[in-house]
Amino acid sequence: MFLEVDELRAGYGPVQVLHGISLHVEKGEIVTILGANGAGKTTTLLSVSGLADITGGAVRLRGKDIHTLPADEIVARGLTQAPEGRRIFGPLSVMENLRLGAFTVKDRKAVARTLEQVFELFPRLSERRSQPAGTLSGGEQQMLAIARALMARPRLLLLDEPSLGLAPLLVKAIFETVHAINESGVTVLLVEQNARAALKLARRGYILEMGRIVMEGDAAALLADPGVQQAYLGG
Amino acid sequence: MDQLFQQLVNGLAVGGIYALVALGYTMVYGVLKLINFAHGDLFTIGAYLGLTLFVAMGSAGTLPGFAAVLPVAVMVMGLTALLGGVLERVAYRPLRKAGRLSAVVSALGASIFFQNAVMLVWGANYEVYPEVMRPSAVIFLFDTGVPLIRLLIIGVSLLLMLTLYGFIHHTRTGTAVRAAAIDQGAAALMGINVNRIITLVFLIGAGLGGAAGIMVGMSYGQIDFSMGFSYGLKAFTAAVLGGIGNIPGAMLGGMLLGLIETLGSAYLTIAWKDAISFLVLILILIIRPTGILGERTAEKL
Repeated sequence: MFLEVDELRAGYGPVQVLHGISLHVEKGEIVTILGANGAGKTTTLLSVSGLADITGGAVRLRGKDIHTLPADEIVARGLTQAPEGRRIFGPLSVMENLRLGAFTVKDRKAVARTLEQVFELFPRLSERRSQPAGTLSGGEQQMLAIARALMARPRLLLLDEPSLGLAPLLVKAIFETVHAINESGVTVLLVEQNARAALKLARRGYILEMGRIVMEGDAAALLADPGVQQAYLGG
Repeated sequence: MDQLFQQLVNGLAVGGIYALVALGYTMVYGVLKLINFAHGDLFTIGAYLGLTLFVAMGSAGTLPGFAAVLPVAVMVMGLTALLGGVLERVAYRPLRKAGRLSAVVSALGASIFFQNAVMLVWGANYEVYPEVMRPSAVIFLFDTGVPLIRLLIIGVSLLLMLTLYGFIHHTRTGTAVRAAAIDQGAAALMGINVNRIITLVFLIGAGLGGAAGIMVGMSYGQIDFSMGFSYGLKAFTAAVLGGIGNIPGAMLGGMLLGLIETLGSAYLTIAWKDAISFLVLILILIIRPTGILGERTAEKL
């Protein structure tokens, strides 16, 4: 198993958000986590990345516990994240943001190669490389957040609501990019509000409610499920 | 005219010292949103260590030559940096997840601790830097006599500031420091060890503060255990003036405050020297609370 979340309990300080969730992601897959606001989707991703307080259960990457590691060491093991709200470094230039994404990569030539690939994927970022990241448009900022997470050459990429607040055309472009990233060999765990698009892209999905997994299965089956349609696909 | 030029040089020398100390406040504030009230006392310790080490470098009761100031300054910067690192580990890191107020109380406690430690080790009376550390040479610039020591202080403080600026803006680790100051969580997601960055910031800030301590000894001759309080307050004012959390702001704020204070006390009245500084603080807090170079940022929740 590539990523395994096992009976995970987590939250922030005294507030528990996840009440024992289990999920797994296989190598090469796109897996999506759906759910309403406050269900615990973001907390799940932050827990996996080492930024939430874990009170029970385990997270394993290729069989090794990572929930005991600090966030920076998890990145070094090939797991990166484009977090909710993008969290780009606004005052820093696009280039500086991207270079920070490659902070764990010591080989300069490898960084230069990845940079080229990332610019191929997002030509807009190349045009704006010396601009402060905070001056980019929302769509460009999202591209930067994803590009930055790719700079560490991850094997597993966590994406938290990449389509949030974007115009429909941009949403489509972002989903196509996620598909391309996956095709290039990166496993993806995707959290989305846009359930229909996410299920069309993903192979499998989990549905999270109040900090518990209430349903899981193949994306096609979830798309066809009347309960899921009612709750998440607008009937 | 002569007098104005001399006062400008004086102002820049004092300003350089303020700026170096202000950098310590502003860098720590940048990454931790904490005012390190013990920072002024690290500066005091730098001044005392400078004196003690310099005297110790002489043999059999004779003092070493002026050239010994350089290795002494390097050692002092190293030692105060180390002390800054220990301070963070002991007084602040255990409280990282506690409220901000707890850290402030801890900072005040650390300040009192350092002040009393200095008093116990070196005594409550003031100490005097030996003449050999304070060259009395005067250099003529534009037909005006300017003390060499002032120029030396301006030069060294500018050099230290430029080095720091280059490090922060043009190295990988420096960029990581800026990233951690913007968003610690996002920095950690880049694979940056944020704790290490915080330690580094304390090391650099305290090291610069230690250097400023020696400069005060060399320039005014007298040091005492409580000097960190007044200099700390001035440097804090300088940091706020430039925009707290902003590194070029601390440099600019320090230089400006030094100039305002020196010119104010020369042309108005010397008795109002401190009042002028704090009037600046009050005015900046009323007119532009974010400081000259500070950006208006929404408080993160």
